[in-house]
Amino acid sequence: MSSPEAVVRVEGLHKRFGPLEVLKGIDLDLHQGEVVVIFGRSGSGKSTLLRCVNFLEDPTEGTVEIAGVRLGGGHRTRRKREQIRQLRLHVGMVFQQFNLFPHMTVLENVVVGPVCARGDESVTRTRARELLDQVGLADKADEHPIRLSGGQQQRVAIARALAMQPDVMLFDEPTSALDPELTGEVLAVMKSLATDLHMPMMVVTHEMGFAREVADRMVFFHEGVILEEGPPQQMFGSTRSAETRTFLDAVL
Amino acid sequence: MSARTVPESRGGTPGRRGDRLDRLALASARIPFRLKTAAVWLAIFAVVAAFFAIAAFDTGWMADQLSYIAGGLRYTLYIALGGITLAVVLAVLGALGRISSNPIAYGISGFYVSFFRGTPLIVQMFLIYLALPQIGVNLSSRYPAVPQSVSDALVLDAAVAGTLALGLNYGAYMTEIFRAGIQSVSGGQGEAADALGMTYGQKMRKVVLPQAFRVIIPPTGNEFIAMLKDTALVSFLGVTIASAEIFRRAQLVGKADFKNLEALIVVAGMYWALTALFTVFQRRLEARVSRGHVRMGSAGSGGRR
Repeated sequence: MSSPEAVVRVEGLHKRFGPLEVLKGIDLDLHQGEVVVIFGRSGSGKSTLLRCVNFLEDPTEGTVEIAGVRLGGGHRTRRKREQIRQLRLHVGMVFQQFNLFPHMTVLENVVVGPVCARGDESVTRTRARELLDQVGLADKADEHPIRLSGGQQQRVAIARALAMQPDVMLFDEPTSALDPELTGEVLAVMKSLATDLHMPMMVVTHEMGFAREVADRMVFFHEGVILEEGPPQQMFGSTRSAETRTFLDAVL
Repeated sequence: MSARTVPESRGGTPGRRGDRLDRLALASARIPFRLKTAAVWLAIFAVVAAFFAIAAFDTGWMADQLSYIAGGLRYTLYIALGGITLAVVLAVLGALGRISSNPIAYGISGFYVSFFRGTPLIVQMFLIYLALPQIGVNLSSRYPAVPQSVSDALVLDAAVAGTLALGLNYGAYMTEIFRAGIQSVSGGQGEAADALGMTYGQKMRKVVLPQAFRVIIPPTGNEFIAMLKDTALVSFLGVTIASAEIFRRAQLVGKADFKNLEALIVVAGMYWALTALFTVFQRRLEARVSRGHVRMGSAGSGGRR
């Protein structure tokens, strides 16, 4: 399963919240240009895995390797915090609730990350406008997020993450907070990221249509372990475990 | 028909008296509430003015001393503005300490809040004004190596000592206001900043604090108005005559001429006018801030646009 060109390498990952063990030993690689869709029941640990990959949660055991830096959990010394920050500069994250900064304009939302990281505002502004154009929101640059629909906000959030020029994008249920008629525009942007830019992506989602169409690999989480993984044709065709089949029958 | 809905006066059957009261109540209902309130205030002022006349207040003396006492207004405002500025800085630091996972920061801020909320403001003022110079004297007598400048530096002007005490004391109370304001910013905001690779300082400056200030500004206005009145305590430190604030001045001239009542009424009026004025500002600011993210946004985003 592990190969040299992995963009993200998760090894032996455990996460405990007190007595509750949410992740029970996860090994997962994400390769160059690959889209992995992670699915499973709520509480199965999908989001926790994503949050562990950029250390929004500290892994209890195991390591995450991105851009040649391998990190584990544990006490956050000054050095460790800086290592985590460096790792995060390689990772774009899109949240279920968008988490745009409400006190900034759309353009400022996209610009603030690169400005904090690198400080070259003029280049960044030009680039931010390109990115907003890419997600179809060039005309909203000077609006505040509160004036945008949920779908538009999530597209801004994607542009904001892309502005960091990440090596990998993490999507944590990006369409779950959206009205059904707004999911399409967000999924379309994500699809073009995958097919046009070959951006490596880890996507936690219940959108099985998107998975079938875009995913290179699907990973089924069940009670904190990866129960089954494989390409979409295999998953939607002959799934081996009863659990996976039950779940897919329920969501399809 | 509508007369029936007006409550009857005590006495059971509606007689002529009851009818008259009914008509009065009806007439009164047509006058706007604000106008009636204004009438009540006017009546109170009239009573007070009558009292002035009866008690033979020396209004001429009051007019004569007005400009001298008002000369202290700038010192009152200096002390209050200096105090609130110091308090805001301390409250930001204190609040960051209260939410910190660093035991040193948490411990220091906890001690600070506990001590300055747990002791009277006037005691703190005297500690800074009287106790610091004593420390200086003791130090230089016991350790000759301590330069004179150190013990000199510990002797503070009363207005400075008072400003420091006000800032420290109010900062401790405002620490809790600021802590609550910071914690009112949703966790997702901090996570988004983290995910963008911001440092702790960047996250606070660019994302968390600008949003927290929306919540913090209105109660900070209240604290400022309260502090404005507490500047009167500085007069107990025996300020030099030249830089005396209004209460000190009122006491000086009031005692000298045995016109204490007149002097105190003048100075009370000044505090009242000041707080009324700043309450108006405060209301406007509050309205502006609560107008939502959109307005505060361009003002709070570091002036980039």
